[in-house]
Amino acid sequence: MSISLEEVRHVAKLARLELSEQEMVALRSELNALLGLFSEIESLDFDAIEGQSHAVSLQNVWADDIPEEPLDRTAALQNSALARAGLFVVPTIIED
Amino acid sequence: MPVDRTAAALVRDVQSGQLTPSEVVRAYAERVARLGDRLGAFLWFDAEEALAEARSVEERLAAGECLPLAGLPVAVKDNISTRGIPTTCASRILEGYVPPFDATVVERLRSAGAIVFGKTNLDEFAMGGSNETSAFGPVRNPWDLERSPGGSSGGSAAAVAARLAPAALGSDTGGSIRMPAALCGIVGFKPTYGRCSRYGLVAFGSSLDQIGPMTRTVEDAALLAEAITGHDPKDGTSVACGPIRPDLSQGTLRGKRLAYPTELAGEALHPAVARSFEQALERLRAEGAELGEVSLPSIRLAVSTYYILAPAEASSNLARFDGVRFGPRIEGSGHVEAVARTRGRLFGHEVKTRIVVGTYVLSAGYYEAYYAKAQQARTVMRREFLDVLARCDAIVSPAAPVTAFRLGEMSADPVALKMLDLCTIPANMGGFCALSIPCGLADGLPVGLQLLGAPMQDEALLETAHAAERVLPPVGDPPLN
Repeated sequence: MSISLEEVRHVAKLARLELSEQEMVALRSELNALLGLFSEIESLDFDAIEGQSHAVSLQNVWADDIPEEPLDRTAALQNSALARAGLFVVPTIIED
Repeated sequence: MPVDRTAAALVRDVQSGQLTPSEVVRAYAERVARLGDRLGAFLWFDAEEALAEARSVEERLAAGECLPLAGLPVAVKDNISTRGIPTTCASRILEGYVPPFDATVVERLRSAGAIVFGKTNLDEFAMGGSNETSAFGPVRNPWDLERSPGGSSGGSAAAVAARLAPAALGSDTGGSIRMPAALCGIVGFKPTYGRCSRYGLVAFGSSLDQIGPMTRTVEDAALLAEAITGHDPKDGTSVACGPIRPDLSQGTLRGKRLAYPTELAGEALHPAVARSFEQALERLRAEGAELGEVSLPSIRLAVSTYYILAPAEASSNLARFDGVRFGPRIEGSGHVEAVARTRGRLFGHEVKTRIVVGTYVLSAGYYEAYYAKAQQARTVMRREFLDVLARCDAIVSPAAPVTAFRLGEMSADPVALKMLDLCTIPANMGGFCALSIPCGLADGLPVGLQLLGAPMQDEALLETAHAAERVLPPVGDPPLN
């Protein structure tokens, strides 16, 4: 199993990562090395073993519906490069 | 001298009035000023801040408050949120980010009278095993400045090993506390998954991450663990039980059944590590431990399983870094370009590689072949280990298959570096508790012994480790002036 440059381009787009051609080529070869590592898992048949997404059995943990002090708005905005009128300024979303 | 004392001894000295928190802080701050830059261990350090905290601890002591970590300087890995103190995860995408809140573990440290003593360097977003992927420079191993301290908690490990701080916090997703602890000759403890709150830890692999103490002795690790662990309502994966509270005086090796895996012995190890490990086992046997070899074939799948699951989780967790709510923003013509450009330019190479791997194995057409399979492999591994742990007190192995390697040595072969996580990954896969303790030197470099216990057996694990520590050869201090 090996990955093409087109597939790297596609995945980078999905992951919202703008990469240079050089980076994509380097990434492709590292990915292929890792896929070589994964080939053993790919070929195994675990029958009906249930996969688990967590090491431990966790059920939905609910918080009590009790109002508490939220994070202060100024504090919440203080790390944004652009904030205005108590809001985060988001880069323009353009319709294609 | 305060810098020669263990954390537990320092706390006792402060509680009894023999030392003041200010004296302790000054002693360590002087060492940081002298050696900090050489090691690259800290990303942020402010002696005046630390002294101000020391003075407020003195006031609390004078008012009669009982403080279990009175005046103890604790260095904190820079992926753990500290209110008012920059937290960068060693990444340019968080350059200038100052959290408006403390992680629960930091809150608990402060409430116990400890002093946040700088933020330590790490592999970017905790992704790495050598502390070479930090955007702000590598960390150097105090035992040999041309060598890596291991990763990703390399800064914390180097700081404690070089006595720049008596204790530190690290985080462990695939071995990031235990492996650098081994390479730097200190103790590194990863609690059972869920016993230590992850609230405020910048998430990498949410089902794998745990915060834990990095210290000079097991007693010190237990002291910190007791202060920071225990249920936290702010962490939905937090186990509903109290803090880890071992009784180290109960620790004994007599009659303890210790299993060592075939797959983590012999050829899997560098010869010097294999020798040290065998000698360590002999010492444990001489003290009455019953050693037995077991085969855990799932270990052979550990690295591939981890490098499918961890990047997958990371690709989701790191989606939040888009330059909008925190961190620098790079402009682009429109939302998608701005976000992609910010991430492309400000994330480092290893982080981008892992995000791409993670996105790939989760994408349509590949999910079944990789991610779903890896989840099954995880179940197989956990069951296999639980089966062995039902018949023994702990699984013992080296914490790393090598001693500290040269900086740059592993860059040519990224897969080889990942293979070094072989000994440590299973504990994260299964949520087990595990720690690394020094077991001697090999060619002048520290070797770490790992003990791994069943979930929720943290107390028993620490007690056994304390007994083992007493009979294993101490590594002493690195040859630093």
